[in-house]
Amino acid sequence: MTIYADNAATTKMSRAAIEAMMPYLADNFYNPSSLYSAGQRAKEALECARETVARCIGAGAKEIIFTSGGSESDNQALLSAAAAGARAGKRHIVTDGIEHHAVINTLKKLKKDGFEITYLPVHENGIVRPEELEAALRDDTCLVSVMYANNEIGTIQPVREIGRICRAHGVVFHTDAVQAVGHIPVDVEEDNIDMLSASAHKFHGPKGVGFLYVRKGIRLTSLIEGGAQERGRRAGTENVAGIAAAAAALEGSVSSIYEVSARITALRDRLIKGLSEIPHSALNGDAEKRLPSNVNFCFEGIEGESLLLLLDDKGICASSGSACTSGSLDPSHVLLAIGRSHDVAHGSLRLTLGDDATEEEIDYIIASVKDIVARLRGFSPVWRDLCSGKLQHIL
Amino acid sequence: MALYSEKVMDHFRNPRNVGVIEDADGIGEVGNARCGDIMKMYLKIKDDIIEDVKFETFGCGSAIASSSMATELIKGQPVSEAMKLTNKAVAEALDGLPDYKMHCSVLAEEAIEKALEDYFEKHPEKRKDV
Repeated sequence: MTIYADNAATTKMSRAAIEAMMPYLADNFYNPSSLYSAGQRAKEALECARETVARCIGAGAKEIIFTSGGSESDNQALLSAAAAGARAGKRHIVTDGIEHHAVINTLKKLKKDGFEITYLPVHENGIVRPEELEAALRDDTCLVSVMYANNEIGTIQPVREIGRICRAHGVVFHTDAVQAVGHIPVDVEEDNIDMLSASAHKFHGPKGVGFLYVRKGIRLTSLIEGGAQERGRRAGTENVAGIAAAAAALEGSVSSIYEVSARITALRDRLIKGLSEIPHSALNGDAEKRLPSNVNFCFEGIEGESLLLLLDDKGICASSGSACTSGSLDPSHVLLAIGRSHDVAHGSLRLTLGDDATEEEIDYIIASVKDIVARLRGFSPVWRDLCSGKLQHIL
Repeated sequence: MALYSEKVMDHFRNPRNVGVIEDADGIGEVGNARCGDIMKMYLKIKDDIIEDVKFETFGCGSAIASSSMATELIKGQPVSEAMKLTNKAVAEALDGLPDYKMHCSVLAEEAIEKALEDYFEKHPEKRKDV
């Protein structure tokens, strides 16, 4: 048995996405920039996909540009807003401490270029407080970038409120919605979003395709120079097959979003309840304002990588914020940002459920995690010290 | 390609010499929870021979496998031989470790070194023998 519980890493392509993709890999291989009718049909497919994607997030088709994925979209959004800010003499950016590295590292680069970055706290529940955001805004703030939902702990940010504040202050608001689009309702109008990044493989589309929503009137800087594709904002022959598949995947996900999220939320809560029975464990991130599929726990006295390897032996695919799983020395910046100590953050487990998850699978995961945590604690010197009172329990 | 060799996975899944020696002659603990690795080695020494060795480890797969392999390499060996154990020997016996996991084998070497140091502190007369 294999239970894939790492859907925040990537998702399986939907049947509809694969079917939408095939014609453009086979007979309709033409370049959408070509003048002849076959090329124009490829162009039509591209524009039809753009309209679909736009409709799914409440945008206009001209406000969507296709990219290679979430990271490219984040890079382009931030660099564009920063460039516009610099032209107006504004060099201050507000973000938070739990962003994806595509945002964090782009902002680090901007800091080297002379921008000042304010990192908002996310507190214990992993959520930004709008009033703290408003207080952080200055006359020279050119951009706010706060993710829609977090990739590790699944917390959903008060995006609509943040967008409202940004709009009132005339500051561009970007959100990395890679984990949200296709999983929870997202509407750029209602949510007051100026720029939004998304990635197709997170909503059952193919890898290597994403999009950036840019509100009409906001100028984009090109990351890739070349031809006039994407109305001159992203050069290079379009990935027609991938884009058609992305649109089909998103349409499919959005059409059943309420039904799927209600069902998965119930399974998520069953999983949270089951794992909470493990002594000295804790859920990471807000229990309610979180993605329907996301469960993230810390277990005291064990390390995450060994937990993942033993889960793999039981056929369960999961991930961890332990340093050992990333090849770096520090555990997840997200877990540290919500106040987990290094010791405890090493013992984290992220399970992100698929749309087809079942109760039986949840119960099997619970039993497996309980078993493995007990086994690893059985020969952990840290656990021994916690039990003997030499070390104080944190969780 | 698998993350670890079959040998590492075998020692990780079925670690040898796991546990505690209540009346150990030498105990060594290295690493810290902040970095995600702690190893604790217990030695029982009789007539300058490592009669028994047990370990407890908090850490990743390669840390657990390195501890397990290190105990196998010194069990039944004279103290003088155990003192010569290197991290390289541990890693080689495991059919290699990924580069960024080599520090796990270093911890295993250090844990044994520290346990032997503890033994010598308790039995200073033994130090000159080896």
